[in-house]
Amino acid sequence: MQTRQSNFNEIVMQAIFFLSALISVLAVLAICLFLFMRGIPAISEIGFTDFIFNEKWGPVNIPASYGILSMIVGSIYVTAGAIVIGVPIGLMCAIFLSEFCPDNIYKIVKPAVNLLAGIPSIIYGFFGMQVIVPFVRENFGGNGYSILSASIILGIMILPTIISISESSIRAVPESYAEGSYGIGATKEETVFKVMVPAAKSGILTSIILGIGRAIGETMAVVMVAGNAVMPLNKIELLKPIRTLTTNIVTEMSYASGLHESALISTGVVLFVFIIILNASLSLISSKTQRN
Amino acid sequence: MDRTLDNLKQRKVKAFLFKSFVWFCGILTVGILIYILLFILLKGVPKINLKFLFGEYNSETLSVFSSMVTTVQMIVLSLLISVPIGVFCAIYLAEYAKRGNKAVKVIRLAIDTLAGIPSIVYGLFGMIFFVQILGFRASVLSGICTISIMILPVIISSSEEAIKSVPDTYREGSLGLGATRLRTVFRIVLPTAMPGILAGIILAIGRIVGETAALIFTSGTNVLKNPSLNLMASQRTLAIHMYMLASEGLPHSRDMAFATGSILILVVFVVNYATTKLAGRIGRSQ
Repeated sequence: MQTRQSNFNEIVMQAIFFLSALISVLAVLAICLFLFMRGIPAISEIGFTDFIFNEKWGPVNIPASYGILSMIVGSIYVTAGAIVIGVPIGLMCAIFLSEFCPDNIYKIVKPAVNLLAGIPSIIYGFFGMQVIVPFVRENFGGNGYSILSASIILGIMILPTIISISESSIRAVPESYAEGSYGIGATKEETVFKVMVPAAKSGILTSIILGIGRAIGETMAVVMVAGNAVMPLNKIELLKPIRTLTTNIVTEMSYASGLHESALISTGVVLFVFIIILNASLSLISSKTQRN
Repeated sequence: MDRTLDNLKQRKVKAFLFKSFVWFCGILTVGILIYILLFILLKGVPKINLKFLFGEYNSETLSVFSSMVTTVQMIVLSLLISVPIGVFCAIYLAEYAKRGNKAVKVIRLAIDTLAGIPSIVYGLFGMIFFVQILGFRASVLSGICTISIMILPVIISSSEEAIKSVPDTYREGSLGLGATRLRTVFRIVLPTAMPGILAGIILAIGRIVGETAALIFTSGTNVLKNPSLNLMASQRTLAIHMYMLASEGLPHSRDMAFATGSILILVVFVVNYATTKLAGRIGRSQ
């Protein structure tokens, strides 16, 4: 009797565990479904090419125009800027942590990197607004709200992602690689640079892609430093304001309605597609490394 | 001979430059962190006063009291939703799922996807689904529903890791004594994995406290004068409070944005300290 009871419990709980696991799948499906349900009709109403390949964004103009090309380009620029700033520093810091750092300093730097990962984007944005924007204004010109400011802030924000994943992948390189390199007379630095880092390249690439994902999806930090003006493509400059896909949504959603609101949701759909492409390339990398 | 010596010297110079640059980047990273923290704290902490912490909200106090209460409410309720789902999902993945199972592959793909979705997209989804379709309007309830989905991957992955780190001998001992699989999970595996699960929960708290983009169109930017636990009211959290103050651009609101930022940083400190301590505990128990 008791075993029957416990068998029953076992089956019920197992079903509950499985259903809980399915909730993530349901959530992803719901997110896709509702975003696309609202976004796709708007894209077809505006016209795919008029939406994606048109640089004119004037939802309150008559006639209204809903082109987001300038924001797509803007997102790509600030993300590229973040990579240019964040990847070298992050990678070097990862090399420092995994190969050069004495234990007592490791105990300071490692928690610092973790703390950097925990700081909310609003703090980064506010810091950018108060420090980076005036710095850029005074040293490089323009009003400071610019691609450069956004790139600097995003570059800092992706540091912890780049550092921790690159560090663990460099640490995962077998000791024998380094020994072989020392054996043929290479210095420590040559060994790290020419043997360890190349051997860890798939992990480093993963960290960069995750960094791209974080940068392209970041909203609040960018909205506070980028100036958010829609720039015609030929006027986009490093020291001029920029609007990205994410900031387009956040600056206009509060007063949007009708097709305007749907167009903003479609902007989110485009962003979502970017993220899915990044995710797909991530799983491609991991399946490749597994095969090797 | 001379050439080899020159070559060696050159290699040594290169090595030295490289080493210096690596050290510089390590120190730079710590420097950036310290600069950000000190910049906010030094300007913010002196501005914190009792009226700001616990007073009624008005244009003079710009009090955080009602936003703080909402933030805590949001943490508690969204954890109540996500923790059971997340932990159960982790139990399924770590204890029950068979290797190579198709369903498991789909579930893992879904979790990875959820982890990669930017918070603004969660915000849009919450606005479409909870605010508009389900008719929750812009309310704390819509915010809680949205954020519960957002923190799921954090809870699942840390719980799964913690459960997997429980040595198999524990399970075998329990099963050998005649306990059922389910009893083993609840009496042996979960208690042993608890520090890791807690670490995940605390990480999730950190994300909720710092979240802005997912909440701005779901729980809204409205601020109530006095704290309220009304789920159907639109009310901002601490992070949104900071955003609103920062974007107003007046000197007084800017000062108070620094003060709110200091509170956020203190929360981040506590969260970080607690997760490191808990993660250390699993490390040792292994």
